[in-house]
Amino acid sequence: MGNSTVFNIRGLNVYYGDFLAVKDVDMDIKKESVTALIGPSGCGKSTYLRCLNRMNDLIIGASVKGQVSFENRNIYDSNVDATEVRSRIGMVFQKPNPFPKSIYRNIAFGLKVNGFTGDMDEAVEKSLKQAALWDEVKDRLNDSAFTLSGGQQQRLCIARALAIQPEVILMDEPASALDPIATLAIEDLVRELKANYTIVIVTHNMQQAARVSDETAFFMVDEDRSGYLVEHDDTQKIFTNPTNQRTEEYITGRFS
Amino acid sequence: MAQILDSRRKFWIRVEGSIVKWLFMACASVSILTTIGILVTLLYQGYGFFNEVSPWEFLTGTRWTPILKPRSYGVLPLVSGTLLVTVIAAMVALPVGLMTAIFLSEYAADNVRRIIKPILEILAGIPTVVYGYFALTFVTPLLQNIFNDLLVFNALSAGIVMGVMIIPMVSSLSEDAMISVPRNLREAAYALGATRYEVSLRVVVPAALSGIIAAFIIAISRAIGETMLVTIAAGATPRMALNPLEGVQTMTAYIVQLSLGEAPVGSLEYNTIFAVGLVLFCMTLLMNLLGFWIVRRFREAY
Repeated sequence: MGNSTVFNIRGLNVYYGDFLAVKDVDMDIKKESVTALIGPSGCGKSTYLRCLNRMNDLIIGASVKGQVSFENRNIYDSNVDATEVRSRIGMVFQKPNPFPKSIYRNIAFGLKVNGFTGDMDEAVEKSLKQAALWDEVKDRLNDSAFTLSGGQQQRLCIARALAIQPEVILMDEPASALDPIATLAIEDLVRELKANYTIVIVTHNMQQAARVSDETAFFMVDEDRSGYLVEHDDTQKIFTNPTNQRTEEYITGRFS
Repeated sequence: MAQILDSRRKFWIRVEGSIVKWLFMACASVSILTTIGILVTLLYQGYGFFNEVSPWEFLTGTRWTPILKPRSYGVLPLVSGTLLVTVIAAMVALPVGLMTAIFLSEYAADNVRRIIKPILEILAGIPTVVYGYFALTFVTPLLQNIFNDLLVFNALSAGIVMGVMIIPMVSSLSEDAMISVPRNLREAAYALGATRYEVSLRVVVPAALSGIIAAFIIAISRAIGETMLVTIAAGATPRMALNPLEGVQTMTAYIVQLSLGEAPVGSLEYNTIFAVGLVLFCMTLLMNLLGFWIVRRFREAY
């Protein structure tokens, strides 16, 4: 690969009040690749993901210490605007969360708030095509997003994130609420998107991590219930020859 | 298993099967029966009135002098007085109430919300007669500094104070609707780089719109039906009024005025109460139907 890195995370600690949820994470994330975050429930992988676009700012009592450099700039610096960070680092959530608006307006929303002045129809079409949803919805763009199936809704959410042309897309278990066929559609999409986007994906499903990612980071939870990074390496290596014993035990299903 | 049920238990099950459901239903029907009773009374007594005055004259007449000669029974001055005060109240309460709700639901920290909400609810608990004298003895003199020709009894000050009075209703009900908008919709918008203002105005308010409009309608219905405040502060001059600086008489204030007088039961003057009451009833009913329709029309289901 030999790609340059987009994120350099150093000494990251996340607290909910006094509780240390994520402890001392150092990680580099490569550009235009897929990095999977795996680990047992409660290991802080979603919390960690949400540090990368400052979504944790919205949680009362959450605080982040340490450094998250995005393209050589710490996004937690006091002069950095969280909304700007979020428009460059998009996010797709666990449960599809389209707005209760039409399919078209779901896509247009992000463009409008980001001051897009170009051809809206064209931009909507482009992002729906990128998310492999265009053919299914092109005749019903004005229908409510809720008329779509769960898998279609999730691809709409991906299209919505793509529309504002972020550099990174964070995905928080994007397929966990979907059936197997819809899941495969999402995975195909992730593999296609990495040509142009950096993707960080949290997943519960190790096969999924193996199928879609280039690199995998394994998180664990210690005796104080704080999550920490155990090992981060090429996906190939993590799944065939991990360095750490705990990683091996986890990927071979000895605990979950 | 049946033998382990003792006889008291069996008796209770029988009672529950027969009586309890009826008890609950009886409670539920109290308000329905009351509504029907009110409507029947209005129609019955109103019938007496419309025997002597044609509905056309009543509904289109622009002079309301039922107790002065020459007598005239055009209800429009009372309707316009009511609407004038209501419109002023709505102009105050809807924007301020909605913005208060947005503040409480989207901006305020938890501890701020915990202080402000009870204060607003206290505002809602102040007796309306107090608001009436507040309008008459405080707001009117204040406004007279700005508007030189403001009369002592006027629609403007009554309307403004009425607006303040119904702010808690608008804000509290709207906030309830906004708070129940799922968190994941807000997250979706924030994740697209929306600011708090954009999330509030473009996501939360539209998603809560049906509840917000319901709050508006309930508050406006309340304003239409409000009696004491306007009786005290808006005056007793039935006038086809558009000028808020002068006094008006609302439908409710007229009903009070006549009830305090000596109109003999069954007389035409007495029956005007029910004719006016019927109009009042229809107006609030119309508001509620409108609200019902708007809620369905603009619903953003989530």
